[in-house]
Amino acid sequence: MTKLKLTEINANKKCKVIAFKGGSNMQTKLENLGIRLNNEITVANNSFVGGPITVISGSTKVAIGRKMAARIIVEELK
Amino acid sequence: MKKVLLLGNPNVGKSVVFSKLTGTSVVSSNYAGTTVEFTKGHMKWGDEIVEIIDVPGTYTLNPTNKAEEVAVEMLDEGDLIINVVDSTNLERNLNLTLQLLEKNIPMIISLNFWDETEHKGIEINVDKLKKHFNVPIIPTSATKGIGLKEIINTFDYDKVVNHNYGDNESRWAEVGRIINDVQNINYKEHSFSDFMEDLTLSPLTGIPIAIVVLFLSFIVIRFVGEGFIGYIAEPFFEIVYRPIIVQLSNILGGEGFIHNLIVGELIEGSIDFGQSFGLLTTGIFIPLAAVLPYIISFYFVLGLLEDIGYLPRISVLVDNIMHKVGLHGFSIIPLILAFGCNVPAALAIRNLESKREKFIASTLMATTIPCMSQMAMVIGLLGSFGGKYLLYLFAVLVVLWIFIGTLMNKLVPGFSTDLLLELPSFRMPSITTVLKKLWMRILGFLKEALPMVLLGVFIINIFYTLGIFEALTKATGPVLKNLFGVPEAAIEALIMGFLRKDLAMGVLIPLGLTAKQMLTMSILLVIYFPCIATFVILLRELGPKDMLKATLIMLTSTLVVGAYVNFAFQIDSFNLLRILPVVGVYLLVILIPKREKEEIENI
Repeated sequence: MTKLKLTEINANKKCKVIAFKGGSNMQTKLENLGIRLNNEITVANNSFVGGPITVISGSTKVAIGRKMAARIIVEELK
Repeated sequence: MKKVLLLGNPNVGKSVVFSKLTGTSVVSSNYAGTTVEFTKGHMKWGDEIVEIIDVPGTYTLNPTNKAEEVAVEMLDEGDLIINVVDSTNLERNLNLTLQLLEKNIPMIISLNFWDETEHKGIEINVDKLKKHFNVPIIPTSATKGIGLKEIINTFDYDKVVNHNYGDNESRWAEVGRIINDVQNINYKEHSFSDFMEDLTLSPLTGIPIAIVVLFLSFIVIRFVGEGFIGYIAEPFFEIVYRPIIVQLSNILGGEGFIHNLIVGELIEGSIDFGQSFGLLTTGIFIPLAAVLPYIISFYFVLGLLEDIGYLPRISVLVDNIMHKVGLHGFSIIPLILAFGCNVPAALAIRNLESKREKFIASTLMATTIPCMSQMAMVIGLLGSFGGKYLLYLFAVLVVLWIFIGTLMNKLVPGFSTDLLLELPSFRMPSITTVLKKLWMRILGFLKEALPMVLLGVFIINIFYTLGIFEALTKATGPVLKNLFGVPEAAIEALIMGFLRKDLAMGVLIPLGLTAKQMLTMSILLVIYFPCIATFVILLRELGPKDMLKATLIMLTSTLVVGAYVNFAFQIDSFNLLRILPVVGVYLLVILIPKREKEEIENI
């Protein structure tokens, strides 16, 4: 499986979180919203005009700024 | 007195539970030594009075910000914890629940939004969940009042369970096991509400929707505000209040220093609430009859949008733009609040994470966002020249916002954070909660702003008597009048406006200024200084050094913008050729290198 940044995943695709390239504070904040290592998330919106990426984890919808999203490493699931 | 703590993640309907349990005596206050606000209220329970505290929402007891730190500290004060849980997001919520269960404080769990689980295809086995935790678990739908009685009946629950779930990883593992055991999800097809939620988030459809929502809000705010003024505020002042003041004026002899301080000058032999400028006439008429009605209707509409769950979507849509000025989408919320009154907005800026973000947001707000009171002022000044001039004013403010925002983004050191925001589902708002929140915001305005307004009138009357305005006008007038292209008497209005902008309006109208001069003055009055109430609060929040910097930015903007409008505005519109330099300067500003440091730890 290829490792991708979350920003590289298109809308309506599922992916699995495999690493965080940020500090522990960022990781805790994401974990609190259900974005944890090995969890599956679905990208709900990743617009070509930029702006935050929205993902669905469980039944929580979360908006993640692009800078932070680029630090979340995932692999795409078929 | 028994203390009951309402604890839970943000967006779990905690404040709805709170407002349904408590009476009207709710107060919002700062947690000792911090700027974090929480609300508490009381409830009669048998013969006892129980104190109910709405603890700031938190995802974890390992705090990542100030509000969460406070939540953790408040834990020790409670006799009973009601852990409010969003049952449509059980897995994520249980992390906090498990941490709370380790705390040896009696606890009950309220599975809120219970009515929504069914149509989302979520089945939760409450009995099994009870077995895992060994504490009372009550399904609730607070907006509809379901389950609240059962909660109240458990107020004397005092058993402590002793759980230990180990470190972060093993706790999440336990959450996983519990979820597998008690929850069953049959994903249903996209509902209409899901479809709407997607539309509001995608930029192509979301931005037009946002414009329509804001436009409708504006119409409702105006309609309700005018209704309040026309049918309640003005009749009250004219019919009930006027006779009392006329009596007082007679007792004080109709003239003299004391009379003018309290009642003000008589205009053509009678009291004019708008222009007499006494403490008890204009001093309370403007804030209560002219501004408060709009503030009420503004915060009512805003509270509705908040509780429906629409506001976070605006944060997402504007995130791109806000990054250009060194902020992120979330900081649009205090800036929107500022259109009502800068005071609650300054308080909301506290919730931004870094010092750099707080400084940028405060300065942008104080300089470029007109509050309801300023809005009323510029409409009064420019309205008679036609709506076109109001548009010019807003255009200048938008350009100024972009300019000083970009400049601050380049020059202010420190770091900015990135957007990370839960997007709650759309929900029917609870009218009790909306009204209670409105009530607290109005109280906040009356407590923080009203004394300052009165102080302003008081100081102005003294300065006026001492001739201080005259002296300052003489000193600065000759330079400023040429720079801004207005008569010297208008400069006096600017100087008075430091303390009271509405007073400045009273000075300007009789001067018979041209449309261009009036436009210049209106713009200057909006940008050059916030009201004293805002100033005092910002001083407290930012500290003297940063406030001095912010003030310098405001004054520089005033000189530059005033001179520019005088230069570029000809007869009745902006000269296109003279707009070009602005574009040029902006391109130069973009080239300035950034001083911001990226802090990976805090992104």
